Amino acid sequence: MARQEQKKDVVIVGLGWTGSIAGIELAREGLDIVALERGHDQATVPDFKYPNQIDELKYGVRLKMMQKPSQQTLTVRRNGGETALPYRSLGSFLPGNGVGGAGTHWNGLNWRPQPEEMKLRSYVTETWGEEIIPEGMNLGDYPVSYDELEPYFTHFEKVAGISGKAGNVNGEIREGGNPFEGWRSEDYPMPQQKRTWDSQKFHDACTAAGYHPFQAPAGIASTAYVNPYGMQMGPCNYCGFCERYGCYQYSKSSPQTAILDALKRMPNFEYRTQSEVLRVELAEDGKTATGVTYWDEAAQEEVFQPADIVILSSFSLNNVHLMLLSGLGEAYDPLTGTGTLGKNYAYQMNGGVTMFFEDDHFNPFVGHGANGVCIDDFSVNQNDFGALGFIGGSYWRSGTFNGQPIRNMPLPKGTPSWGAGWKDGIGKWYGHAMSIGSHGSHMSYANNHLDLDPTYTDRHGRPMMRMTFNWQDNDLRMNQYQKSRMEPLAQSMNPDLMQSSFKDIGAQYDVRPYQTTHNTGGHIMSETASEGAVNRYCQTWKAHNVFAMGAGNFVQNTQYNPTGLVGGLAYWTVNAIRTQYLSNPRPLV
Amino acid sequence: MTDIPGLPSRRSFLKGSAAGVALTGLALSAAEAEAAPPVPLDQYEREYLTADEWAFVMAATARLIPSDGDGPGAIEARVPVFIDRQLAGDYGRADDWYMEGPHDASAAPARGWQTPLSPAEVYRQGIPAFDAWCETTYGAAFAALDADRQDEALAALQKGEPGLDPELRDFFTILLANTKEGYFADPLYGGNHGMQAWVYIGFPGARAAYREWPERHNIEYPLGPVSISGERA
Ligand SMILES: Cc1cc2nc3c(=O)[nH]c(=O)nc-3n(C[C@H](O)[C@H](O)[C@H](O)COP(=O)(O)OP(=O)(O)OC[C@H]3O[C@@H](n4cnc5c(N)ncnc54)[C@H](O)[C@@H]3O)c2cc1C
Ligand code: SF4
Repeated sequence: MARQEQKKDVVIVGLGWTGSIAGIELAREGLDIVALERGHDQATVPDFKYPNQIDELKYGVRLKMMQKPSQQTLTVRRNGGETALPYRSLGSFLPGNGVGGAGTHWNGLNWRPQPEEMKLRSYVTETWGEEIIPEGMNLGDYPVSYDELEPYFTHFEKVAGISGKAGNVNGEIREGGNPFEGWRSEDYPMPQQKRTWDSQKFHDACTAAGYHPFQAPAGIASTAYVNPYGMQMGPCNYCGFCERYGCYQYSKSSPQTAILDALKRMPNFEYRTQSEVLRVELAEDGKTATGVTYWDEAAQEEVFQPADIVILSSFSLNNVHLMLLSGLGEAYDPLTGTGTLGKNYAYQMNGGVTMFFEDDHFNPFVGHGANGVCIDDFSVNQNDFGALGFIGGSYWRSGTFNGQPIRNMPLPKGTPSWGAGWKDGIGKWYGHAMSIGSHGSHMSYANNHLDLDPTYTDRHGRPMMRMTFNWQDNDLRMNQYQKSRMEPLAQSMNPDLMQSSFKDIGAQYDVRPYQTTHNTGGHIMSETASEGAVNRYCQTWKAHNVFAMGAGNFVQNTQYNPTGLVGGLAYWTVNAIRTQYLSNPRPLV
Repeated sequence: MTDIPGLPSRRSFLKGSAAGVALTGLALSAAEAEAAPPVPLDQYEREYLTADEWAFVMAATARLIPSDGDGPGAIEARVPVFIDRQLAGDYGRADDWYMEGPHDASAAPARGWQTPLSPAEVYRQGIPAFDAWCETTYGAAFAALDADRQDEALAALQKGEPGLDPELRDFFTILLANTKEGYFADPLYGGNHGMQAWVYIGFPGARAAYREWPERHNIEYPLGPVSISGERA
């Protein structure tokens, strides 16, 4: 028999970005809340303190802030014919662990989707016709529009403290911002960040080419700032230890800097660390949840936590795993198209060009996670899908963000990987290279999905989740198109040497190199219960008192880093809980 | 501290930093760290490697990052010490990794670490297996070969020519990765001695405060590195 805790109004599963948002908003509503976090507690002081945090080996390479596969992982196969094998050591993606989640050690690139991306199926069919949608692509509309989400994007940007320059305020295009973005009701809460030498060069080349450069929207403070919860941020030091690290001062937007201290002061909020939720418990009629069962690491026992509302905010992959294990929907079957859980797992399609300039000093260690100048000239709403032969787009960015030498040592092709040639190479080229990245959309496909593994189990004896994922031609064609446009621009900058890395048609998914932690879909939003796992308010179709947060809700991935949409959706969902659900708990659709 | 007038100093940054209160003991440990000369490599007390394994790691890393030419080699940087300590610790034991079976060590490399062995075990089994191949091919264990032969043997190992068991397939990959880690990691871990690898490439280490620098375009950063324990070079 599991130990039983006192009943709460709300139990939150995972205290990262979305769990913190749900926590503070529902606590302000007066509800009695407990958040369960499987990892350790961590705060700016003392955990991220200088100089201990400035340790590439510990955090950048040995990944001490991330999920430990020994505690939790999944299996991966590239197609239905392959046997899935465990993701035994982290590579391709790095789920967070501990209070703050991946929101602690993210880069801080904060984007909104383009309005067209929220209604992509309609946009495609109305502009080019259904026939351009490739076989096997599950192209969908989000059951919520950009216009509906706009106030929530704005609010998340204020809470998170985003620096940037608006390109479109209520339809008015502003010089220096992104002219291709969706409308904003107001400018960013903080002015845009500074421009490093590489991004200046990129900026000038883009201007000369007639493109529309703008500063990347950054969850990195450019000035002193106080957010709506009274949390304070101070300007960034360009310390260069940003992605994969907690910020040693209060400059990077994170649950720690934006929410948690304010939340912890509220008497009706409590959180327990080392508490890993194992499943959501359903009532006998299967229509509501009664609470969750978790593993108390300190006591080494299972605990039942009863609650009226369950918020799943454990990151997309963990949410889907918990939902599969708890019967919060039926597993998706790609052959019949039935079931919804695990459907539309998607990722990100990226590439880039690296340029070498012997006489330039880029000081690559001067930077932050969201540094750089971007263009959206080849983004989703700028591409003629019918003529180009793919659906999708990407944004480009150039800016130093990590000059840490174990992982960031670009060398010209042909340089030996060791020996005298390598040693000469690092002496000659460190600090003299810059790159442009293409960060592209990734569609959803019947072939790419999540379910339970038939062989491997985790330390609690539960089946692991299994990921079936491979690159698809549509996105690879999009990537090749970006290459064909980026190379001439890079060439126009007259580098001494340059080289590209864009996955080509036929590329196979490789779990070893880091790509992104933008794992999306799996419990997607939908108009009807037969198409997805949650409705337009991210309420599960199966149990009306269970709400799912995070990128698992994405119908397909956008071309941008996900957290702007994740944060906007989180505020949209808590608003629905507050204004529609609490007074009358029921399915909201 | 050799701060340049008009440039932000680490000390003034520390005073001004929001988290500055958390900083203590930095300057003291710096002095201490500079005072103690390191144990010569031949007297170093190994934590994991056996004498033969140590001889191999000394010889192999000396070829992976040779001492001649500009900049330190792996030996001057004390990379073997770093590797020994890493293998003795949680990395060597694969503590954070999922190591339960069934294992399919011969799966395609793109599918990641699939051997049942931990990194420390891969060294333990990989060194004698590679040495046996060196014996057959060149008539001596790796450490006893001359530099040119060693380079040839390592190049063959990188290409998979010795035909090691699939369980040992990643031996060269981790040997090279660990060598570079030891070269560039903070001196805290036993390698990058005196931060000479950072000095060589121009990386300022743990300075991590460059607020005035983003808009100093195309100007080489002038300050040498500091380490986590406060050493300067
Ligand atoms: C290195 C890196 C860089 C990134 N950079 C960017 C970027 O620049 N821009 C961007 O938009 N996005 C970025 N991301 C992604 C971003 O971090 C995530 O989108 C965001 O944090 C998701 O919020 P979340 O609340 O869904 O999950 P998280 O913030 O990860 O929080 C989930 C929490 O749940 C906990 N948890 C998991 N399972 C359980 C369980 N069973 N029981 C209890 N607790 C559990 C986890 O420990 C974690 O604390 C990056 C991610 C990484 C790893
Ligand atoms: S680069 Fe700036 S925001 Fe990022 S960790 Fe350093 S000081 Fe913090």
